[in-house]
Amino acid sequence: MDETPISRGFRSRRLEQTPKNRVPPGQHVTTDFPVLSAGPTPQIKVENWNFALQLGASLLGKWSWAEFEALPQTTIKTDIHCVTKWSKLDTTWQGVTFDDLLKTVGLGEPPTAYVMAHCDGGYTTNVPVADLVRGKGMIATRYEGLPIAPAHGGPARLLVPHLYFWKSAKWIHRLRFMERDQRGFWESLGYHNYGDPWKEERYDGD
Amino acid sequence: MTAIETLARPAQRIAWQLAQVRGIAAETYRVKSLMLRVANWRGHLPGQHVDIRLTAADGYQAQRSYSIASPPEDEPLALTVERVDGGEVSPYLVDDLRAGDHFELRGPIGGYFVWTVATRGPLWVIAGGSGITPLMAMLRHRARRKLRAPALLLYSSRSLDDVIYREELGAMVRADPDLRVVHTLTREQPEGWVGHRGRIDKALLAEAGFPPGQNPCIYVCGATPFVEDVSRFLVELGHDPLTVKTERFGPSGG
Repeated sequence: MDETPISRGFRSRRLEQTPKNRVPPGQHVTTDFPVLSAGPTPQIKVENWNFALQLGASLLGKWSWAEFEALPQTTIKTDIHCVTKWSKLDTTWQGVTFDDLLKTVGLGEPPTAYVMAHCDGGYTTNVPVADLVRGKGMIATRYEGLPIAPAHGGPARLLVPHLYFWKSAKWIHRLRFMERDQRGFWESLGYHNYGDPWKEERYDGD
Repeated sequence: MTAIETLARPAQRIAWQLAQVRGIAAETYRVKSLMLRVANWRGHLPGQHVDIRLTAADGYQAQRSYSIASPPEDEPLALTVERVDGGEVSPYLVDDLRAGDHFELRGPIGGYFVWTVATRGPLWVIAGGSGITPLMAMLRHRARRKLRAPALLLYSSRSLDDVIYREELGAMVRADPDLRVVHTLTREQPEGWVGHRGRIDKALLAEAGFPPGQNPCIYVCGATPFVEDVSRFLVELGHDPLTVKTERFGPSGG
């Protein structure tokens, strides 16, 4: 609409003002950690967990929990932004970066431009490879120094914090390289294909 | 929950529209329904939600999501809002908003937590507190279409005074032999209460609910711990996780 209508009597009730460059448009800061999932939380034992990198019909690499824990570990501190409007500042995650996964399987360059993340419960999400390389994405296994709780995606979730948090898929067990982009679960249900919070790409067509 | 992997298709932006408050109905002492007129509403499915955006005189804006309570058949569009103490948006909507006011809204949003009469199997909706809202849209839709497939609402409230849509649910049950509504009161029960007490547990789900063999479509909505517990119990009782759709209200939802 052309002119933003004023909501009579509405005013900010925020006690602290968060610097604008930390909070994307339409978001508000929360200190708790809301849970949003489409179904029941799977209870995955690390003994049964594994993670694979797939290209076409072949596996580029597959790791058990112990093998995955032995890979180079990286810790990052970052802000996260959920499409349901909350943002959480200064969260700390530990895991294996996408760069280190490629290195471990002997790939100098990513084989394709897109990946699909596959998760327990059938959830999928698509991410451009360019958004995972150079430290931008990881498979996280620790949150604030502790194992990630099942409701928050444990044992392992994808972490792509510069995109809306549905892209940081919970309960991940496979990353599949794709020649061309395809839509994942929420992307097929009306949510934006890319999901840049700073451009407020919440829904299809934003 | 298989992904539908489609090619990118032309997408139309879901535009902000002006919603005018036609009326406000008190549902409980902390919950109100906002009856809205939205000029170019393109229709919705039961279970979907909208985003709303409030703008203060100084330009400050806040956005939140609210489930739609009205069925697609009804006009006006109804949102049911619970006051979250200390919240920023819900106290304004519940306490300050008046008929004739307006705010911005866009939607409908969400295509997974959705049920229509075309969905096969019994409908089983499980609500904790204000989590009833999107489920009520499903039950109202079912009532408008006079569908006679079995349906069950299992509804957990703190006290009888906290039960949202209490009279309407009672009337629905009286008019429809294929609908059951089972209440449980967790904190306070009136004298002579013969219904269930305490939180929804595995025993109540097994006793009151549809068995997995009947392949019910299950929708669970409420606060995060409620949904986590109920959905875990359902899976432990043998329901396929793919038949259990959930919507969780975070504590920062205010």
